[in-house]
Amino acid sequence: MPKLNKDSTLNITFVGIGLCLLCSAIISFIAIQLRPVQENNIVLDMQKKIVSSAGLEEVYGSVENAMSNIKTLIIDLDEGEIVDISPDSYELAKELREDGKYKFLSAEEDVASIKKREKYSKIYIEYKDDKINTLILPVRGYGLWGILYGYLAIEGDFNTVAGLEFYEHKETPGLGAEIDNPKWKALWKGKKIYQDNGEVSLKVIKGSVLETSNNFSYEIDGLSGATLTCNGVSNLIAYWMGNDGFLNFINNLQKIDV
Amino acid sequence: MSKYSEILFRPVFKENPIALQMLGICSALAVTSKLYPTLIMCVALTVTVSLSNFFISMIRNITPSNIRIIVQMTIISSLVILVDQALKAYDYETSKTLSVFVGLIITNCIVMGRAEAFAMQNPPGVSFLDGFGNGLGYSVILIILGTIRELFGTGTILEYEIFPLVQNGGWYVPNNFFLLPPVSFILIGLIIWALRAWQKDQIEEPEFKMSQNSPEIVPNPPPTPSSKAAS
Repeated sequence: MPKLNKDSTLNITFVGIGLCLLCSAIISFIAIQLRPVQENNIVLDMQKKIVSSAGLEEVYGSVENAMSNIKTLIIDLDEGEIVDISPDSYELAKELREDGKYKFLSAEEDVASIKKREKYSKIYIEYKDDKINTLILPVRGYGLWGILYGYLAIEGDFNTVAGLEFYEHKETPGLGAEIDNPKWKALWKGKKIYQDNGEVSLKVIKGSVLETSNNFSYEIDGLSGATLTCNGVSNLIAYWMGNDGFLNFINNLQKIDV
Repeated sequence: MSKYSEILFRPVFKENPIALQMLGICSALAVTSKLYPTLIMCVALTVTVSLSNFFISMIRNITPSNIRIIVQMTIISSLVILVDQALKAYDYETSKTLSVFVGLIITNCIVMGRAEAFAMQNPPGVSFLDGFGNGLGYSVILIILGTIRELFGTGTILEYEIFPLVQNGGWYVPNNFFLLPPVSFILIGLIIWALRAWQKDQIEEPEFKMSQNSPEIVPNPPPTPSSKAAS
Protein backbone atom coordinates (compact mmCIF):
# COMPACT_ATOMS: atom_id res chain seq x y z
CA MET A 1 0.00 0.00 0.00
CA PRO A 2 1.50 3.34 -0.99
CA LYS A 3 2.10 5.78 1.78
CA LEU A 4 -0.89 8.04 2.21
CA ASN A 5 -0.16 11.65 1.42
CA LYS A 6 -2.39 13.16 4.05
CA ASP A 7 -1.97 16.73 2.84
CA SER A 8 -3.08 16.03 -0.72
CA THR A 9 -6.15 17.88 -1.94
CA LEU A 10 -7.88 14.58 -2.45
CA ASN A 11 -7.33 13.53 1.14
CA ILE A 12 -8.36 16.93 2.51
CA THR A 13 -11.63 16.70 0.55
CA PHE A 14 -12.18 13.11 1.53
CA VAL A 15 -11.50 13.57 5.26
CA GLY A 16 -13.43 16.85 5.44
CA ILE A 17 -16.56 15.62 3.71
CA GLY A 18 -16.43 12.16 5.25
CA LEU A 19 -16.07 13.43 8.80
CA CYS A 20 -18.87 15.96 8.42
CA LEU A 21 -21.23 13.36 6.95
CA LEU A 22 -20.39 10.84 9.64
CA CYS A 23 -20.80 13.31 12.51
CA SER A 24 -24.05 14.73 11.18
CA ALA A 25 -25.46 11.25 10.67
CA ILE A 26 -24.65 10.23 14.24
CA ILE A 27 -26.03 13.45 15.70
CA SER A 28 -29.24 13.24 13.66
CA PHE A 29 -29.78 9.64 14.64
CA ILE A 30 -29.34 10.29 18.36
CA ALA A 31 -31.34 13.52 18.29
CA ILE A 32 -34.27 11.73 16.68
CA GLN A 33 -34.00 8.85 19.16
CA LEU A 34 -34.05 11.23 22.13
CA ARG A 35 -36.73 13.58 20.84
CA PRO A 36 -39.77 11.82 22.39
CA VAL A 37 -38.10 11.85 25.82
CA GLN A 38 -37.18 15.51 25.47
CA GLU A 39 -40.67 16.50 24.36
CA ASN A 40 -42.12 14.63 27.29
CA ASN A 41 -39.81 16.61 29.57
CA ILE A 42 -41.03 19.89 28.09
CA VAL A 43 -44.66 18.87 28.62
CA LEU A 44 -43.92 17.86 32.22
CA ASP A 45 -42.11 21.13 32.79
CA MET A 46 -45.08 23.08 31.47
CA GLN A 47 -47.45 21.08 33.67
CA LYS A 48 -45.23 21.90 36.62
CA LYS A 49 -45.53 25.61 35.84
CA ILE A 50 -49.30 25.33 35.50
CA VAL A 51 -49.63 23.45 38.77
CA SER A 52 -47.22 25.67 40.69
CA SER A 53 -48.92 28.87 39.46
CA ALA A 54 -51.84 27.85 41.66
CA GLY A 55 -49.65 26.38 44.41
CA LEU A 56 -51.27 22.98 43.84
CA GLU A 57 -48.08 20.95 44.04
CA GLU A 58 -48.09 21.22 47.83
CA VAL A 59 -51.82 20.47 48.01
CA TYR A 60 -51.67 17.26 45.98
CA GLY A 61 -48.13 16.18 46.77
CA SER A 62 -47.01 15.81 43.17
CA VAL A 63 -47.50 17.31 39.74
CA GLU A 64 -49.11 14.13 38.39
CA ASN A 65 -51.69 14.00 41.18
CA ALA A 66 -52.50 17.64 40.67
CA MET A 67 -52.83 17.23 36.90
CA SER A 68 -55.30 14.37 37.38
CA ASN A 69 -57.61 16.83 39.15
CA ILE A 70 -57.16 19.46 36.49
CA LYS A 71 -59.28 19.59 33.35
CA THR A 72 -57.89 21.21 30.20
CA LEU A 73 -60.41 23.10 28.10
CA ILE A 74 -60.45 25.23 24.99
CA ILE A 75 -62.57 28.35 25.20
CA ASP A 76 -63.68 30.94 22.69
CA LEU A 77 -62.52 34.28 24.05
CA ASP A 78 -65.07 36.37 22.11
CA GLU A 79 -68.08 34.31 23.13
CA GLY A 80 -66.67 33.40 26.51
CA GLU A 81 -67.78 29.82 26.02
CA ILE A 82 -66.21 26.41 26.08
CA VAL A 83 -65.80 24.96 22.61
CA ASP A 84 -65.50 21.33 21.66
CA ILE A 85 -61.94 21.24 20.36
CA SER A 86 -59.35 18.75 21.54
CA PRO A 87 -56.82 20.59 23.71
CA ASP A 88 -54.03 18.14 22.89
CA SER A 89 -53.10 19.60 19.54
CA TYR A 90 -53.54 23.21 20.63
CA GLU A 91 -50.46 25.40 20.31
CA LEU A 92 -50.54 29.13 20.89
CA ALA A 93 -47.85 29.88 18.31
CA LYS A 94 -49.79 27.93 15.67
CA GLU A 95 -53.05 29.71 16.51
CA LEU A 96 -51.39 33.08 16.02
CA ARG A 97 -50.22 32.08 12.53
CA GLU A 98 -53.46 30.72 11.11
CA ASP A 99 -55.82 33.17 9.43
CA GLY A 100 -59.16 33.55 11.14
CA LYS A 101 -57.88 32.19 14.42
CA TYR A 102 -56.57 35.48 15.72
CA LYS A 103 -57.40 39.15 15.53
CA PHE A 104 -55.17 42.19 15.32
CA LEU A 105 -55.55 44.59 18.19
CA SER A 106 -55.92 48.30 17.64
CA ALA A 107 -53.68 50.67 19.59
CA GLU A 108 -56.27 51.46 22.26
CA GLU A 109 -57.35 47.83 22.64
CA ASP A 110 -53.79 46.59 22.89
CA VAL A 111 -53.10 47.39 26.52
CA ALA A 112 -50.58 44.58 26.93
CA SER A 113 -48.77 45.31 23.62
CA ILE A 114 -49.21 41.84 22.19
CA LYS A 115 -50.42 42.97 18.72
CA LYS A 116 -52.42 39.78 18.04
CA ARG A 117 -54.90 37.94 20.21
CA GLU A 118 -55.95 34.36 19.60
CA LYS A 119 -59.62 33.42 19.23
CA TYR A 120 -59.31 30.22 21.19
CA SER A 121 -57.47 29.89 24.45
CA LYS A 122 -56.39 26.82 26.38
CA ILE A 123 -57.29 27.05 30.06
CA TYR A 124 -57.09 24.76 33.06
CA ILE A 125 -59.66 24.18 35.78
CA GLU A 126 -59.02 22.41 39.04
CA TYR A 127 -62.07 20.76 40.58
CA LYS A 128 -62.60 19.97 44.21
CA ASP A 129 -65.82 18.16 45.26
CA ASP A 130 -67.21 18.80 41.75
CA LYS A 131 -66.87 22.53 42.17
CA ILE A 132 -64.39 24.82 40.47
CA ASN A 133 -61.62 25.43 42.96
CA THR A 134 -59.03 27.12 40.77
CA LEU A 135 -59.07 28.61 37.32
CA ILE A 136 -55.67 28.76 35.61
CA LEU A 137 -55.51 31.17 32.69
CA PRO A 138 -52.68 31.77 30.22
CA VAL A 139 -51.67 35.43 30.13
CA ARG A 140 -49.02 37.33 28.25
CA GLY A 141 -47.84 40.88 27.75
CA TYR A 142 -44.85 42.91 26.78
CA GLY A 143 -42.31 43.58 29.53
CA LEU A 144 -39.06 45.39 28.86
CA TRP A 145 -37.22 43.13 26.38
CA GLY A 146 -39.93 40.82 25.20
CA ILE A 147 -43.26 39.20 25.86
CA LEU A 148 -43.80 37.69 29.31
CA TYR A 149 -45.68 34.40 29.11
CA GLY A 150 -47.30 33.11 32.25
CA TYR A 151 -50.25 31.59 34.06
CA LEU A 152 -52.55 33.44 36.40
CA ALA A 153 -54.42 31.24 38.85
CA ILE A 154 -57.71 32.48 40.27
CA GLU A 155 -59.69 30.97 43.11
CA GLY A 156 -63.27 29.68 42.85
CA ASP A 157 -64.79 33.09 43.62
CA PHE A 158 -63.27 34.26 40.29
CA ASN A 159 -61.83 37.31 42.02
CA THR A 160 -59.08 36.19 44.38
CA VAL A 161 -55.63 35.50 42.95
CA ALA A 162 -54.18 32.08 43.79
CA GLY A 163 -50.84 32.79 42.18
CA LEU A 164 -48.90 33.99 39.14
CA GLU A 165 -46.09 32.16 37.39
CA PHE A 166 -44.15 33.15 34.28
CA TYR A 167 -42.73 30.38 32.14
CA GLU A 168 -40.97 32.41 29.51
CA HIS A 169 -39.53 35.91 29.46
CA LYS A 170 -36.43 37.81 28.43
CA GLU A 171 -36.16 40.23 31.37
CA THR A 172 -32.84 41.32 32.89
CA PRO A 173 -31.48 38.89 35.50
CA GLY A 174 -31.47 40.49 38.94
CA LEU A 175 -33.93 43.23 37.90
CA GLY A 176 -36.92 42.34 35.73
CA ALA A 177 -36.24 38.62 36.03
CA GLU A 178 -37.08 38.96 39.73
CA ILE A 179 -40.66 38.29 38.61
CA ASP A 180 -39.54 34.68 39.11
CA ASN A 181 -38.52 35.34 42.72
CA PRO A 182 -40.64 33.12 44.99
CA LYS A 183 -40.89 35.90 47.58
CA TRP A 184 -42.36 38.29 45.05
CA LYS A 185 -44.68 35.66 43.58
CA ALA A 186 -45.96 34.92 47.10
CA LEU A 187 -47.24 38.52 47.33
CA TRP A 188 -49.91 37.75 44.73
CA LYS A 189 -51.76 35.11 46.68
CA GLY A 190 -54.99 36.44 48.16
CA LYS A 191 -55.04 39.71 46.21
CA LYS A 192 -58.29 40.72 44.53
CA ILE A 193 -58.69 41.44 40.83
CA TYR A 194 -62.03 43.23 40.45
CA GLN A 195 -63.34 46.24 42.32
CA ASP A 196 -67.01 46.02 43.41
CA ASN A 197 -68.00 47.89 40.25
CA GLY A 198 -66.31 45.22 38.11
CA GLU A 199 -63.28 47.28 37.19
CA VAL A 200 -59.89 45.52 37.03
CA SER A 201 -57.88 47.12 39.83
CA LEU A 202 -55.10 44.66 40.48
CA LYS A 203 -51.73 46.16 39.61
CA VAL A 204 -48.07 46.41 40.51
CA ILE A 205 -47.23 49.78 42.04
CA LYS A 206 -43.97 51.63 42.58
CA GLY A 207 -42.47 50.95 45.99
CA SER A 208 -44.15 48.83 48.61
CA VAL A 209 -47.82 48.60 49.50
CA LEU A 210 -48.77 49.95 52.92
CA GLU A 211 -50.94 47.68 55.01
CA THR A 212 -53.12 50.65 55.87
CA SER A 213 -53.68 51.52 52.22
CA ASN A 214 -57.27 51.44 50.93
CA ASN A 215 -56.07 49.50 47.92
CA PHE A 216 -54.07 46.99 49.97
CA SER A 217 -55.81 44.00 48.44
CA TYR A 218 -55.42 45.34 44.88
CA GLU A 219 -51.76 46.29 44.86
CA ILE A 220 -48.47 44.42 44.62
CA ASP A 221 -45.04 45.74 45.69
CA GLY A 222 -43.00 46.97 42.73
CA LEU A 223 -39.61 45.48 41.94
CA SER A 224 -36.92 48.11 42.28
CA GLY A 225 -35.04 48.75 39.06
CA ALA A 226 -37.72 47.01 37.02
CA THR A 227 -40.41 49.65 36.51
CA LEU A 228 -41.06 48.75 32.87
CA THR A 229 -41.32 45.04 33.61
CA CYS A 230 -43.75 45.81 36.46
CA ASN A 231 -45.82 48.04 34.18
CA GLY A 232 -45.88 45.17 31.71
CA VAL A 233 -47.22 42.85 34.40
CA SER A 234 -49.91 45.38 35.40
CA ASN A 235 -50.88 45.83 31.74
CA LEU A 236 -51.21 42.14 31.06
CA ILE A 237 -53.44 41.72 34.11
CA ALA A 238 -55.57 44.65 32.97
CA TYR A 239 -55.84 43.25 29.45
CA TRP A 240 -56.49 39.58 30.14
CA MET A 241 -58.88 40.18 33.02
CA GLY A 242 -60.80 42.73 30.96
CA ASN A 243 -63.52 42.48 28.30
CA ASP A 244 -61.14 41.49 25.56
CA GLY A 245 -59.59 38.80 27.72
CA PHE A 246 -61.28 36.33 30.01
CA LEU A 247 -64.00 38.54 31.52
CA ASN A 248 -66.74 37.15 29.24
CA PHE A 249 -65.78 33.64 30.14
CA ILE A 250 -65.64 34.37 33.85
CA ASN A 251 -69.08 36.01 33.72
CA ASN A 252 -70.47 32.97 31.91
CA LEU A 253 -68.87 30.62 34.41
CA GLN A 254 -70.71 32.32 37.22
CA LYS A 255 -74.00 31.67 35.42
CA ILE A 256 -73.49 28.14 34.16
CA ASP A 257 -72.11 25.04 35.73
CA VAL A 258 -69.17 23.46 33.94
CA MET B 1 1.85 1.00 34.50
CA SER B 2 3.18 3.97 36.40
CA LYS B 3 3.38 5.80 33.08
CA TYR B 4 -0.40 5.48 32.71
CA SER B 5 -1.19 6.58 36.23
CA GLU B 6 1.21 9.48 35.66
CA ILE B 7 -0.77 10.48 32.54
CA LEU B 8 -4.03 10.12 34.44
CA PHE B 9 -3.14 11.92 37.66
CA ARG B 10 -0.58 14.52 36.64
CA PRO B 11 -3.32 16.93 35.43
CA VAL B 12 -5.10 16.71 38.77
CA PHE B 13 -2.56 18.50 40.99
CA LYS B 14 0.75 18.88 39.17
CA GLU B 15 -0.55 20.34 35.92
CA ASN B 16 -4.09 21.30 36.77
CA PRO B 17 -5.79 22.81 33.71
CA ILE B 18 -7.47 25.54 35.76
CA ALA B 19 -4.91 26.21 38.49
CA LEU B 20 -1.72 26.00 36.45
CA GLN B 21 -2.71 26.51 32.84
CA MET B 22 -5.57 28.95 33.59
CA LEU B 23 -7.88 27.28 31.07
CA GLY B 24 -11.61 26.79 31.34
CA ILE B 25 -12.06 29.62 33.85
CA CYS B 26 -15.24 30.91 32.21
CA SER B 27 -17.40 27.92 33.05
CA ALA B 28 -15.71 27.62 36.45
CA LEU B 29 -17.16 31.05 37.25
CA ALA B 30 -20.54 30.49 35.71
CA VAL B 31 -21.84 27.14 36.85
CA THR B 32 -20.46 26.71 40.37
CA SER B 33 -23.04 28.59 42.44
CA LYS B 34 -24.69 25.26 43.32
CA LEU B 35 -22.99 21.90 43.69
CA TYR B 36 -25.41 19.70 41.76
CA PRO B 37 -25.22 21.52 38.41
CA THR B 38 -21.47 21.73 39.00
CA LEU B 39 -21.23 17.93 39.22
CA ILE B 40 -23.25 17.55 36.02
CA MET B 41 -20.99 20.06 34.28
CA CYS B 42 -17.90 18.13 35.46
CA VAL B 43 -19.30 14.89 34.05
CA ALA B 44 -20.23 16.60 30.79
CA LEU B 45 -16.76 18.09 30.35
CA THR B 46 -14.92 14.92 31.37
CA VAL B 47 -16.92 12.82 28.92
CA THR B 48 -16.35 15.35 26.14
CA VAL B 49 -12.61 15.79 26.65
CA SER B 50 -11.96 12.04 27.05
CA LEU B 51 -13.93 11.01 23.98
CA SER B 52 -12.74 13.88 21.83
CA ASN B 53 -9.14 13.00 22.67
CA PHE B 54 -9.89 9.38 21.80
CA PHE B 55 -11.51 10.05 18.43
CA ILE B 56 -9.09 12.78 17.39
CA SER B 57 -6.20 10.50 18.22
CA MET B 58 -7.81 7.66 16.27
CA ILE B 59 -7.82 9.63 13.03
CA ARG B 60 -4.64 11.60 13.70
CA ASN B 61 -2.68 9.75 10.99
CA ILE B 62 -5.10 10.61 8.20
CA THR B 63 -5.96 14.13 9.42
CA PRO B 64 -4.56 16.67 6.94
CA SER B 65 -2.56 19.20 8.92
CA ASN B 66 -4.10 22.11 6.97
CA ILE B 67 -7.58 21.41 8.28
CA ARG B 68 -6.73 19.73 11.58
CA ILE B 69 -8.32 22.45 13.72
CA ILE B 70 -11.54 22.15 11.72
CA VAL B 71 -11.46 18.38 12.10
CA GLN B 72 -10.93 18.71 15.85
CA MET B 73 -13.72 21.25 16.19
CA THR B 74 -16.12 19.05 14.20
CA ILE B 75 -15.49 16.13 16.52
CA ILE B 76 -15.61 18.24 19.68
CA SER B 77 -18.80 20.04 18.73
CA SER B 78 -20.51 16.78 17.69
CA LEU B 79 -19.71 15.32 21.09
CA VAL B 80 -20.92 18.43 22.89
CA ILE B 81 -24.20 18.36 20.96
CA LEU B 82 -24.64 14.71 21.95
CA VAL B 83 -23.95 15.51 25.62
CA ASP B 84 -26.38 18.44 25.45
CA GLN B 85 -29.10 16.30 23.83
CA ALA B 86 -28.65 13.54 26.40
CA LEU B 87 -28.84 16.05 29.23
CA LYS B 88 -32.05 17.55 27.82
CA ALA B 89 -33.54 14.06 27.69
CA TYR B 90 -32.45 12.70 31.05
CA ASP B 91 -31.93 15.69 33.34
CA TYR B 92 -34.09 18.49 31.98
CA GLU B 93 -34.03 20.60 35.16
CA THR B 94 -30.24 20.73 35.26
CA SER B 95 -30.00 21.34 31.55
CA LYS B 96 -32.13 24.45 32.07
CA THR B 97 -29.85 25.63 34.90
CA LEU B 98 -26.69 25.04 32.87
CA SER B 99 -28.41 26.44 29.75
CA VAL B 100 -25.81 27.72 27.33
CA PHE B 101 -22.78 26.56 29.30
CA VAL B 102 -23.06 22.95 28.14
CA GLY B 103 -22.94 24.18 24.55
CA LEU B 104 -20.00 26.38 25.44
CA ILE B 105 -17.90 23.31 26.28
CA ILE B 106 -17.12 23.51 22.54
CA THR B 107 -15.09 26.63 23.19
CA ASN B 108 -13.61 25.35 26.45
CA CYS B 109 -9.87 25.74 26.00
CA ILE B 110 -9.13 22.52 27.91
CA VAL B 111 -10.80 20.34 25.27
CA MET B 112 -9.14 22.02 22.30
CA GLY B 113 -5.84 22.33 24.18
CA ARG B 114 -5.62 18.62 24.96
CA ALA B 115 -6.62 17.69 21.41
CA GLU B 116 -3.89 19.84 19.91
CA ALA B 117 -1.20 19.20 22.54
CA PHE B 118 -1.69 15.51 23.28
CA ALA B 119 -4.15 13.63 21.10
CA MET B 120 -2.52 14.65 17.81
CA GLN B 121 0.75 12.98 18.87
CA ASN B 122 -0.34 9.96 20.93
CA PRO B 123 -2.30 6.74 20.39
CA PRO B 124 -6.01 6.59 21.30
CA GLY B 125 -5.70 4.72 24.60
CA VAL B 126 -3.35 7.12 26.35
CA SER B 127 -5.13 10.09 24.76
CA PHE B 128 -8.33 8.91 26.38
CA LEU B 129 -6.55 8.67 29.74
CA ASP B 130 -5.04 12.11 29.30
CA GLY B 131 -8.46 13.56 28.51
CA PHE B 132 -9.99 11.81 31.49
CA GLY B 133 -7.20 13.07 33.77
CA ASN B 134 -7.70 16.64 32.60
CA GLY B 135 -11.43 16.25 33.12
CA LEU B 136 -10.66 15.14 36.68
CA GLY B 137 -8.36 18.11 37.22
CA TYR B 138 -11.11 20.45 36.04
CA SER B 139 -13.67 18.63 38.19
CA VAL B 140 -11.57 18.83 41.37
CA ILE B 141 -11.40 22.62 41.17
CA LEU B 142 -15.07 22.97 40.22
CA ILE B 143 -16.25 20.72 43.02
CA ILE B 144 -14.21 22.70 45.56
CA LEU B 145 -15.74 25.94 44.22
CA GLY B 146 -19.26 24.51 44.08
CA THR B 147 -19.10 23.18 47.63
CA ILE B 148 -17.76 26.40 49.14
CA ARG B 149 -20.12 28.63 47.17
CA GLU B 150 -23.25 26.64 47.92
CA LEU B 151 -22.33 26.20 51.58
CA PHE B 152 -21.68 29.87 52.28
CA GLY B 153 -24.16 31.25 49.74
CA THR B 154 -27.20 29.21 50.74
CA GLY B 155 -26.12 27.21 53.80
CA THR B 156 -26.67 23.88 52.04
CA ILE B 157 -24.67 21.20 50.27
CA LEU B 158 -26.54 19.37 47.49
CA GLU B 159 -29.72 21.01 48.88
CA TYR B 160 -29.08 19.32 52.22
CA GLU B 161 -29.09 21.86 55.04
CA ILE B 162 -25.74 22.27 56.82
CA PHE B 163 -26.08 25.75 58.30
CA PRO B 164 -29.69 26.45 59.38
CA LEU B 165 -30.69 29.78 57.83
CA VAL B 166 -31.99 32.74 59.81
CA GLN B 167 -35.13 32.78 57.62
CA ASN B 168 -35.88 29.23 58.78
CA GLY B 169 -35.19 29.91 62.43
CA GLY B 170 -31.47 29.06 62.42
CA TRP B 171 -28.41 31.22 62.95
CA TYR B 172 -26.72 31.50 59.55
CA VAL B 173 -27.15 34.66 57.48
CA PRO B 174 -26.48 33.56 53.87
CA ASN B 175 -23.72 35.49 52.16
CA ASN B 176 -25.14 36.41 48.76
CA PHE B 177 -21.69 37.42 47.56
CA PHE B 178 -20.84 33.73 47.32
CA LEU B 179 -23.58 33.26 44.74
CA LEU B 180 -22.06 35.85 42.39
CA PRO B 181 -19.49 34.81 39.76
CA PRO B 182 -16.62 37.09 40.96
CA VAL B 183 -16.21 35.09 44.17
CA SER B 184 -14.93 32.21 42.03
CA PHE B 185 -11.98 34.38 40.99
CA ILE B 186 -11.06 34.91 44.61
CA LEU B 187 -11.47 31.23 45.44
CA ILE B 188 -9.48 30.09 42.40
CA GLY B 189 -6.76 32.54 43.45
CA LEU B 190 -6.67 31.03 46.95
CA ILE B 191 -6.57 27.51 45.51
CA ILE B 192 -3.64 28.46 43.25
CA TRP B 193 -1.85 29.98 46.26
CA ALA B 194 -2.36 26.82 48.31
CA LEU B 195 -1.30 24.59 45.41
CA ARG B 196 1.89 26.55 44.78
CA ALA B 197 2.79 26.63 48.47
CA TRP B 198 2.65 22.83 48.28
CA GLN B 199 4.11 22.24 44.80
CA LYS B 200 6.91 24.79 44.69
CA ASP B 201 7.88 24.05 41.06
CA GLN B 202 4.59 25.59 39.88
CA ILE B 203 5.80 29.04 40.95
CA GLU B 204 6.66 31.03 37.85
CA GLU B 205 9.68 33.31 37.47
CA PRO B 206 8.50 36.88 37.93
CA GLU B 207 8.59 38.79 34.66
CA PHE B 208 9.71 41.98 36.38
CA LYS B 209 11.67 42.61 39.51
CA MET B 210 11.56 45.71 41.66
CA SER B 211 14.86 47.54 41.24
CA GLN B 212 16.50 49.10 44.23
CA ASN B 213 17.32 52.75 43.72
CA SER B 214 18.15 54.09 47.13
CA PRO B 215 21.91 54.93 47.17
CA GLU B 216 22.23 54.50 50.95
CA ILE B 217 21.33 50.83 50.75
CA VAL B 218 22.85 49.95 47.37
CA PRO B 219 26.05 51.78 46.45
CA ASN B 220 25.91 50.50 42.84
CA PRO B 221 24.52 52.76 40.10
CA PRO B 222 20.82 52.14 39.23
CA PRO B 223 20.49 49.18 36.82
CA THR B 224 20.33 50.00 33.13
CA PRO B 225 17.72 48.26 30.97
CA SER B 226 20.33 45.77 29.70
CA SER B 227 21.47 44.73 33.17
CA LYS B 228 17.84 44.41 34.21
CA ALA B 229 17.18 42.02 31.40
CA ALA B 230 20.22 40.00 32.39
CA SER B 231 18.98 39.62 35.95
